[in-house]
Amino acid sequence: MTATAAIAAPVPESPLIEVRELRQWFPVGGGLLRRGDVVRAVDDVSFSIAKGEVLGLVGESGSGKSTLGRAILRMSTPTSGQILFEGRDVTKLGRRALRPLRPRMQFIFQDPFASLNPRMTVRQIVGAPLLIQRPELDGAARDARIGEVLRTVGLSLHYAGRYPHEFSGGQRQRIGIARALILEPAFLVADEPVSALDVSIQAQIVNLLIDIRKELGVAMLFISHDLAVVGHLCDRVAVMYLGRIVEIAPTRALFRRPRHPYTEALFSAVPVPDPTIRRERIILKGDIPSPLAPPSGCAFRGRCRYALPECASAVPPLRQVDGGHWTRCIRDDLKLGRSL
Amino acid sequence: MKSENVLEVENLSVTFATERGPLQAVRDVSFTLHAGETLALVGESGSGKSVTSLAIMRLTPPAPLVALGGSVLFTGADGGKRDLVTLDPDAMRAVRGNEISMIFQEPMTSLNPVHRIGDQIAEAITFHEHISARAALDRAAGLLDKVGIPDARRRLSAYPHHLSGGMRQRVMIAMALACNPRVLIADEPTTALDVTVQAQILELMKELQQATGMAVIFVTHNLGVVAEIADRVMVMYSGAIVEKGGVVPLMTRPLMPYTQGLLHSVPRLDPEALGLSPLEAIPGSVPDPFRLPPGCTFAPRCRHREPACEAALPTLEAANGNHDVRCRRWRRLAEARA
Amino acid sequence: MTTAAALAPLERDLATTGNRAWRRFRRHRLALFGIVAIVLMVLASIVGPWLIPFDQLKIDIRHRFAPPPWGGHLFGTDQLGRDLLVRLLMAGRISLAIGFLAMIVSTAFGTLVGITAGYYGGAIRIVLMRFVDAMLCFPSIFLLLILAAFIQPSVTTITLIIAATSWMEVARVVEAQVRSLRERDFILAAEMIGAPGRYVMFRELLPNAIGPIVVAATLTVARAVLMEAYVSFLGYGIQAPMASWGNMLNNAQQYLGSAPWLAIFPGLMITLSVASFNFVGDGLRDALDARFDVK
Ligand SMILES: Nc1ncnc2c1ncn2[C@@H]1O[C@H](COP(=O)(O)OP(=O)(O)O)[C@@H](O)[C@H]1O
Ligand SMILES: Nc1ncnc2c1ncn2[C@@H]1O[C@H](COP(=O)(O)OP(=O)(O)O)[C@@H](O)[C@H]1O
Ligand code: SF4
Ligand code: SF4
Ligand SMILES: [Mg+2]
Ligand SMILES: [Mg+2]
Repeated sequence: MTATAAIAAPVPESPLIEVRELRQWFPVGGGLLRRGDVVRAVDDVSFSIAKGEVLGLVGESGSGKSTLGRAILRMSTPTSGQILFEGRDVTKLGRRALRPLRPRMQFIFQDPFASLNPRMTVRQIVGAPLLIQRPELDGAARDARIGEVLRTVGLSLHYAGRYPHEFSGGQRQRIGIARALILEPAFLVADEPVSALDVSIQAQIVNLLIDIRKELGVAMLFISHDLAVVGHLCDRVAVMYLGRIVEIAPTRALFRRPRHPYTEALFSAVPVPDPTIRRERIILKGDIPSPLAPPSGCAFRGRCRYALPECASAVPPLRQVDGGHWTRCIRDDLKLGRSL
Repeated sequence: MKSENVLEVENLSVTFATERGPLQAVRDVSFTLHAGETLALVGESGSGKSVTSLAIMRLTPPAPLVALGGSVLFTGADGGKRDLVTLDPDAMRAVRGNEISMIFQEPMTSLNPVHRIGDQIAEAITFHEHISARAALDRAAGLLDKVGIPDARRRLSAYPHHLSGGMRQRVMIAMALACNPRVLIADEPTTALDVTVQAQILELMKELQQATGMAVIFVTHNLGVVAEIADRVMVMYSGAIVEKGGVVPLMTRPLMPYTQGLLHSVPRLDPEALGLSPLEAIPGSVPDPFRLPPGCTFAPRCRHREPACEAALPTLEAANGNHDVRCRRWRRLAEARA
Repeated sequence: MTTAAALAPLERDLATTGNRAWRRFRRHRLALFGIVAIVLMVLASIVGPWLIPFDQLKIDIRHRFAPPPWGGHLFGTDQLGRDLLVRLLMAGRISLAIGFLAMIVSTAFGTLVGITAGYYGGAIRIVLMRFVDAMLCFPSIFLLLILAAFIQPSVTTITLIIAATSWMEVARVVEAQVRSLRERDFILAAEMIGAPGRYVMFRELLPNAIGPIVVAATLTVARAVLMEAYVSFLGYGIQAPMASWGNMLNNAQQYLGSAPWLAIFPGLMITLSVASFNFVGDGLRDALDARFDVK
């Protein structure tokens, strides 16, 4: 029931990517005789992304954002569900079958230090996708393309002979972005690409991503725990809590009026850099429950100040509250604020 | 009480001897900390925030590796003033964790994974006070309760890995508060936490400060957190203080181009700012600490730079009241804005 | 694009990192001594025999058991009146060559096994690493002697036999390193561009395992020299009249009382070379550690 609703949820005209009832569960702690527990890192997630569209994915750590992003790009094999990329079911494709699709979908990593091979030069790192996917190109053609993509990210071919350790965090992140762009993908998953950077550098990279989406028209799943960054960059935003999408809406609609109590609490918790504003904040009690033993019914109910007894009975379905605005909360009598 | 200075730091400098040569991580830092206030120390990574905090606690590596300069005058509960830079090690140990406490970004590295948290807190207490182990454990339970850990008495026997990141940070705070310190130095205590948990911890720290009257040096790179918690702010860049003042004037009318740039590069939540409007980024990145520019260290990234800026490091001038700024053009820039 | 701002790179050149490793290495007095000793031994073994006016095989019955330094025989002569120094240097050629060759073969094989096990993981890893463990359990000297007893001894066969019992350490080191690198983001990035396994193994993983491989390889030379000495001493190795330090020792046994120098000099050479390679290996371990450890 939730599934059909969710599929109907965001229906952009020509979805580039469509995710249906995706589940990624991890068995943990099992032994030979004992059956272990299961972490439902991603549970019953459905959404789609149109060509050139940027969907933001926010949520606290452990909510399953990275697992979802990686599953969509088939860096893992989902437990169940379906992933359609450009209309084609890629859920079960093997490594070899995925190879020709790789140039169309790329990944930007969070950690600018771990994601670049320390033993390779910038030229080798950024050129590797060409070497593998376009072996017919000769050295000169490859270099031309490397120079082009380095310029796109604000670097120049001048740096191509250097090693990653010679660059600052922000520059390394640019190198990682150049590697993701060199094959001209239609879809990018960016997993917290600015979280490890200082504010001033973070702004540079956000601007770069804005430029990239404007000029290259690449669609993106932009993962972040920073609502403000997501607001700047994304057309729509999905909020994740304990493996499920609890709210999904066009950015402005979500920022103007969140419809899920968790989203409201998230907004309220973001500290605003203006000392003259004193606001009533919603301080959530406790921590995110363990994904090994999520509460029955609405997973948020232990921390929700609007919880009713009914919230415990079943996982609330995603229901539409406005055009393209969906929430997984059973209460429609709430006037949630944006306490700004 | 209000105007009493618990800490007077003067011309503090810290230089590391490294394989690549001397590295001056803290350059000529001076400030005072009043009783009961919260002073935020802001800056990008590598600007010297942690080293400043560690130097106050004299937790930087010993002499041949590090050269400490300047003085850190601490006024103890007994009213006596001592210079922590030259204090003998035993006396320093008596101050540390007792009159001045510190909490860190990653509580897991400062909690011992093989000991129960109750024992760790009790040990911190008995280290400075001669009370029985029983009494110390009771105090520990009280402290855990005070920092909002539910079911405190039972949690005494938990190990650090049983707790979530937020809970561990609460334990660290409990431990830091064990001996009612006059000064708490918190080095990015919420950086590793999620926003909702960060909000909890900030709330807790505000409450505790009100209850105990301790002064707090709060190190962070998050300007939102600064606005939330600070009375006064100190901005560091490349090891030096570049602007210092009350939180409202500094954040609403910043004088130093770097502070302005930082404030502008923070993305805002308001719906008006949404939708592909570029952020006002500061170009470039922080200078290599081994090759600092001779003049204003921010000059390579500053759009108001003039040739004179690159000649000599500007001094930290008093702009108005308690607002200090290290920029030779601040007056003209302020006039131009007005 | 607008963000193509002037980004001054941190002006750090590669040389500094290289220098730092070298500086760390230089701090090891023993490692430096080892390097010098190895270079001298290798050079002496290569060019020495031409400079000394004696033939290693020239029998001179009149001057048997000449004690050093008798009549130009700096290190004395043996029971057939052959110059000991020139024999020692010729033996050095054989012993060191076997050491280096065994190192190359075993390192190549061990690396291949380790990288395959580490990269593929799962059943492949279990089978390969169990085999490594089994080989390690078996006393290698014993294995060596069994093999040597059945195989016609020559430089090639001795080298291969030693290599066959020396590759496991490298395999282990490489497997551990690869396994720790396997889940790194940059390896995932390579998978994401559809890179085939051999590309990931040899272009991405291998360069990051070079440090530990070099260290293990250096220690393997020491081990191989020792093993050669051991089998040859027991008579299963290099056969007379070709000299190796091991069979020179074997030969010297009978004359220990009357001509102790016949045992002392080859013994010293073995000790010196084994110790030198071990010192260098330790020095390299420290020097390369920080540099090759991917942070
Ligand atoms: N390979 C794995 N094995 C077991 N549990 C995992 C694995 N990967 C992720 N998880 C768990 O899944 C949950 C979601 O993780 P993740 O997707 O990394 O969250 P996020 O990116 O939102 O911080 C976490 O509880 C995490 O511990
Ligand atoms: N133990 C150390 N040895 C050498 N240099 C150090 C050491 N600790 C810090 N530094 C250097 O001092 C400078 C300031 O560091 P730090 O105070 O940790 O910055 P922040 O806390 O503001 O991010 C940096 O350039 C850093 O590399
Ligand atoms: S379903 Fe109930 S518990 Fe869940 S968010 Fe809505 S009101 Fe809160
Ligand atoms: S001194 Fe000059 S370069 Fe430095 S901040 Fe002021 S205007 Fe900019
Ligand atoms: Mg993540
Ligand atoms: Mg720090």
